[in-house]
Amino acid sequence: MTDASAKFLVRAGLQQLLALIEASGFDCIGPQVRDGAIVYERMRSAADLPEGIRASQQPGAYRLEQAGDQRLFAWANGPQALKPLLFAPEEPLWRARRTEHGFAVEACVPQIAPLAVIGVRACDLAALAIQDKIFLQGPYPDPCYAARRESLFLVAVNCTHPAATCFCASTGDGPRAAFGFDIALTELDDGFVALGGSPRGERMLDELALPNATAPQVASDQSAVEQAAAVQIRSLPGRNLRDALFANLQHPRWDEVASRCLSCGNCTLVCPTCFCHAEADVPALDGASSVHQRQWDSCFSEGHAYIHGMQLRPEIRHRYRQWLTHKLGSWHDQFGASGCVGCGRCIAWCPVGIDITEEAGAICGGGDA
Amino acid sequence: MPSPYVPYEAEILERVQESDTIFTLRLRFTDPAVQAAYRFQPGQFNMVYLYGVGEVAISIVSDPLDEHLLDHTIRRVGRVTEGLAQLKAGDRIGIRGPYGRGWPLQQVEGRDVAVITGGLGCAPVVSVINYVMRRRESYGKLTIIQGVKHSRDLIYRDRYQAWAAAPDTQVLIAANSSDALWPWHAGPVTDLFAQAQFDPEKTVAMMCGPEGMMIAGAGLLAQRGLAENAIYLSMERNMHCAVGLCGHCQYGGRFVCKNGPIFSYPEVKSLLGVRGF
Repeated sequence: MTDASAKFLVRAGLQQLLALIEASGFDCIGPQVRDGAIVYERMRSAADLPEGIRASQQPGAYRLEQAGDQRLFAWANGPQALKPLLFAPEEPLWRARRTEHGFAVEACVPQIAPLAVIGVRACDLAALAIQDKIFLQGPYPDPCYAARRESLFLVAVNCTHPAATCFCASTGDGPRAAFGFDIALTELDDGFVALGGSPRGERMLDELALPNATAPQVASDQSAVEQAAAVQIRSLPGRNLRDALFANLQHPRWDEVASRCLSCGNCTLVCPTCFCHAEADVPALDGASSVHQRQWDSCFSEGHAYIHGMQLRPEIRHRYRQWLTHKLGSWHDQFGASGCVGCGRCIAWCPVGIDITEEAGAICGGGDA
Repeated sequence: MPSPYVPYEAEILERVQESDTIFTLRLRFTDPAVQAAYRFQPGQFNMVYLYGVGEVAISIVSDPLDEHLLDHTIRRVGRVTEGLAQLKAGDRIGIRGPYGRGWPLQQVEGRDVAVITGGLGCAPVVSVINYVMRRRESYGKLTIIQGVKHSRDLIYRDRYQAWAAAPDTQVLIAANSSDALWPWHAGPVTDLFAQAQFDPEKTVAMMCGPEGMMIAGAGLLAQRGLAENAIYLSMERNMHCAVGLCGHCQYGGRFVCKNGPIFSYPEVKSLLGVRGF
């Protein structure tokens, strides 16, 4: 939401903003090119950002290209969301040590350095709000997630270059960051329209003593983000597909998609909202202690629905159906909203290019039941 | 923020072998403060931890008024339960809980209760039988219908005999296959529904067992005139966290660990019997 309080940050000023964030006690995490993909990693300066990079994404395909310009945020999201920064892919929950007669248990609480993430997209902020609901707002808040979440500073960058796999406009989660950020930027040719989203974000912008954004700058911001919504070619057939999906549990499309799906679980790993995890014990070799670990799990894995000698989802069609009916259907029962934010990662990172929007369309037909 | 994942150490005071594969552990927390603060409802479960091996979800069979002991009846069936089966009195395990929603025993005071189980899944409802027996004046007629695959699978035999002799109580037991001198019915448990004498207007049914048996049972109860919302079932799914976060126990929109494991029949009816959920 651009408004009268929008400021303008010249391109060269970005480094000052990063320095100010670091000086405020945060380690900066930002988008960088690693192994042919954009990932969020620790950054030292604005020079680490992916200058001139574009991301071409199609079902089952992701390629970076160099456009040769100065744009730093002219790409749609890579495989990694905010998720691994808060809900760690693997971490210890507690440790048991043998004592004379039994054992003693101590909880593992992660030691957290406050993190600032630069370049967060609207879809990932929407996903963050969903994960907050899962991990913090139930009767048993997760202390590991909470410790990381508490210290997080978020600089959103509104999306101006969605990929062909993106459909955030149809889910209502982007391309403009509407909430959940400390500072939001929109990248223009010569700099950024900047907006504070929290008191500490606003204080930081004040410290930089930025000029107000001019009317043409605000208009460019507006049209760039509107355009990013308009060019999206994919969409879901509705925002609440719960009834339509559960009315079609025996649809022949489940068998058809299962004939293509490899049950690899990539979709659930790149999904910014998938929260399933497994717990397992890792005893020390000397037997004196044992660590209770958790690790991301997937409803596509063999063990997910295993119970005393029975596999409740033995076939791939059961697993794909579990994933889709949960993500777009029963998620509404659990968390009052869809579990999909339209980031399109599951489409690009599916090795066989299965498209959630196409499958939902084929199974639900016209839309909300 | 306290960790919801940490188990508390408990000592095995007694171990009872119930059948070839089923045993009961009678436990007490080693920390008296934990023991004193521990409260549960029948139908709730604990995560039982075996040092260095892992956790399993096990329902509680003892009575909430048994302040000194916590009983778990366990079938040896997987990695953790095989290990638990090797333990003896004096050994220590971990317990965290109780979790989930138990049987609606307080809500149905004054009504008749029919307890129906099949297979080996009787532990969660044995807590109901014990609860009703201990508060006999608070409930009407008690009907117990128990099915087992083989007669040797019937555990708590002496208790069933004692319950059968109790006033206002009908006990019906069936085994699909049986040894000589089996005093009860030989055949499927569903044969027994016709013999059950209960007033469908006044009765609340509580079922536990294989889903096929519960589906058939719910159908027969409905035929006898029981309202669907007077039928409760205990569901079972893979569980790791027990607090609604790990995702394994999802059953449509519900988490069996926190919304269940006890559900009213209308809550789960639409997915019951649908393979893959």
